Amino acid sequence: MTHATLSPQRSSLRGATLPKWFAWAVAAGSVVAGLGISAAAGLHSDIQWALIAALLFVFGSYGISAKVEGRRQARDRTATSLVWVAFILAVIPLASLVWETLKRGVKVLDGYFLTHSMGVVADTEPGGGIYHAILGTLQQVGLATLISVPVGVLTAIYLVEYGRGRLAKAVTFFVDVMTGIPSIVAGLFILSLWILILDMGYSGFAGAMALSILMIPVVVRSTEEMLKLVPNELREASLALGVPKWRTILKVVLPTSIGGITTGIMLAIARITGETAPVLLLVWGTNFINSNPFSDPQASLPMYIYLQYANSGGYGAAYDRAWAAALTLIAFIMILNLVARGIARWKAPKTGR
Amino acid sequence: MAKRIDVSGLNAYYGSFLAIEDISMTVEPRSVTAFIGPSGCGKSTFLRTLNRMHEVTPGGRVEGKVLLDDENLYGSGIDPVAVRREVGMVFQRPNPFPTMSVYDNVAAGLRLNGKYKKSELDDIVEKSLKGANLWNEVKDRLNKPGSGLSGGQQQRLCIARAIAVEPNVLLMDEPCSALDPISTLAIEDLIGELKERFTIVIVTHNMQQAARVSDRTAFFNLAAVGQPGKLIEIDDTERIFSNPSVQATEDYISGRFG
Repeated sequence: MTHATLSPQRSSLRGATLPKWFAWAVAAGSVVAGLGISAAAGLHSDIQWALIAALLFVFGSYGISAKVEGRRQARDRTATSLVWVAFILAVIPLASLVWETLKRGVKVLDGYFLTHSMGVVADTEPGGGIYHAILGTLQQVGLATLISVPVGVLTAIYLVEYGRGRLAKAVTFFVDVMTGIPSIVAGLFILSLWILILDMGYSGFAGAMALSILMIPVVVRSTEEMLKLVPNELREASLALGVPKWRTILKVVLPTSIGGITTGIMLAIARITGETAPVLLLVWGTNFINSNPFSDPQASLPMYIYLQYANSGGYGAAYDRAWAAALTLIAFIMILNLVARGIARWKAPKTGR
Repeated sequence: MAKRIDVSGLNAYYGSFLAIEDISMTVEPRSVTAFIGPSGCGKSTFLRTLNRMHEVTPGGRVEGKVLLDDENLYGSGIDPVAVRREVGMVFQRPNPFPTMSVYDNVAAGLRLNGKYKKSELDDIVEKSLKGANLWNEVKDRLNKPGSGLSGGQQQRLCIARAIAVEPNVLLMDEPCSALDPISTLAIEDLIGELKERFTIVIVTHNMQQAARVSDRTAFFNLAAVGQPGKLIEIDDTERIFSNPSVQATEDYISGRFG
C-alpha cells in the first residue's frame, strides 16, 4: 500500500484551512473592536460602531484568510461575509419594525379593544377599540377579492391557454401598466367615476372597487406564472383522451396549479389589506360600526391608524390605539401568509408513495 | 373495435414550415405498425396527425386525408375531441396526472367525458389496469398518487388510462425511450397482447424494438435539415429488416447512414 504512506500535508489536493469557528471568532472580534474604537473616539451612534465592525469583519477575514489559506479562499470568504452583512442589513429594519410595533402595540391590545368601536370615545380619551375598523377592512377586502379573483384568474387562463396575437399582447401590456398604478390614482379614478359622475355616496364598496383595481393585475400575474408551470404534457395527455379543452383546463390544469394560485391570491389580499390612500378617499371613515359596505362611510384598519395618529393632538391614548391597530394589521397579514403557505403545501401535487 | 387507417396525400405544417410531405399509407387493423427514421424526420408529427393532436401545437395545420374506416378525420364537421376518443395516445415521457390517484388517473378519460356509476368505473379501472399488466402491482394502492409509481409503472398506467376509454387505435410515441430494459420488455409484451384488440402504431428509435414488436414497418427520412420529411417505404417488418426495396432503408438499418 504505497499511497497510504503519503503524508496528508504533501498532497496537492490539501491546503492549510482555518478552523470552522474562524468566521465566528472574527465576527465577535470585530464587534468588540468596533465597540472599543467608537468608545475611544467618543462616537455615540449605534450605526457607527456597527459599520466599523462590519468593515473590520470583511477586511479582517480577508486579510487573515489570505495569509493562511491563500487568495482564492480569501476571496471566497469575502464574498460569503458580504452576503452575511447584506443579510443582516436587510433583516435589522424588519426585526426592529416588528419589535417596535409589538412593544407599543400590546399596551392596549386586548379582547375589549378588538370588540368595541370608537363610537362614544373621543380621540383624545383612552378606551375604545377597532371592531368597526376590522369589520370594515374584512368587508372591503372581501368584496375586492370577490371582484378580483374571478376577473384575474379568468384573464390569466385566457392569456395562457387561449391568448394568441394582438389581443393577448394588449391585455398583457395593460396588466403590466396596471401593476404600476399608484394606489391614490386608483382611488381618484373610482372617486371621479363612482362618486362625482355617478353621484353615489362614500361606501365600503367604492373602496373595494379601487382595491380590486390594485388587486387584479397582481392576481393575473401570479396566476399566469402558475399556469405556465403546468407541463404541456399534462394538457396533451388530457386532450389525447378526448377531453374537451375547457374540461382539461378545469379538471387537469387548474387542480395541478391550485396551490400556487391560492398562494398568489392570498399574497394579493395581503397587499391590498394595507392600502390606505383609496380607502381614505372613498370609504371616508367613521367612528361607528357600519356593517353595510354598500352605503355610508365605513372604517378600515389602515385608515384608523392614520386617523388616530392625525387626530391625536398629542394625546398618548390615540397613539397607543394606532400602534395596537398596526399590530393587529400586521398579525392579520401574517396569518394570511401562513394560511397561503399551508394551502400551497396541502394542495401541492403529491409525489409520495 | 380495431379500425383501419388510410392516409393519402398528407402534408403537415408548423406555421409556414412544411414538416412532412405527401404521405400515403395504410395501417391494418389488429396489427402493430412501427415508424422508424432519423430524428427530425417527422415520425412523431405524422403520428400526431392521426388523432388531430398536431393542431394543438400553435401554428400546426394539416392538408390531405386520413380515413378511419372510410371516415375522413379532416373532413368538415368532424369534432377533434371525438376523434381523440377513437384514437388514443401514449407519450414519450410518462405523464400521469399529478393531482390524481392511480384509480383516478385510469378513470380520468371516462370521468372527464361523462357520468359513470361507481361500480361501472371500478370494473373498467380493474380491466384497464389488468390490460396494462399493472393490476397486481397497484391493486393495494389504488388511492395513492399516480406519480409515486416507478417510471415503467407510470408508463403502463398511462397505457391503462389510454385503453380505459376503449379507443379503436392506440398511438405510441416512443413509449419506452425513458424506460429501463425490464420495463421496456414489460411494455413490449403488453403491445403484443394489445394488438389483439387495437390497431397500434408505434414510433421508435430502437430498431430491435421495431423488429421485435411490429408486423409492418415504415421508414421515414428527410433529404436535408430544413427539408420536409417523407415516407420512404412501408412493408412487412421481416422484409424491411432483411431485404428492403430502397437503398436508404438498408443504409439506415445497417447503421451506414449519414
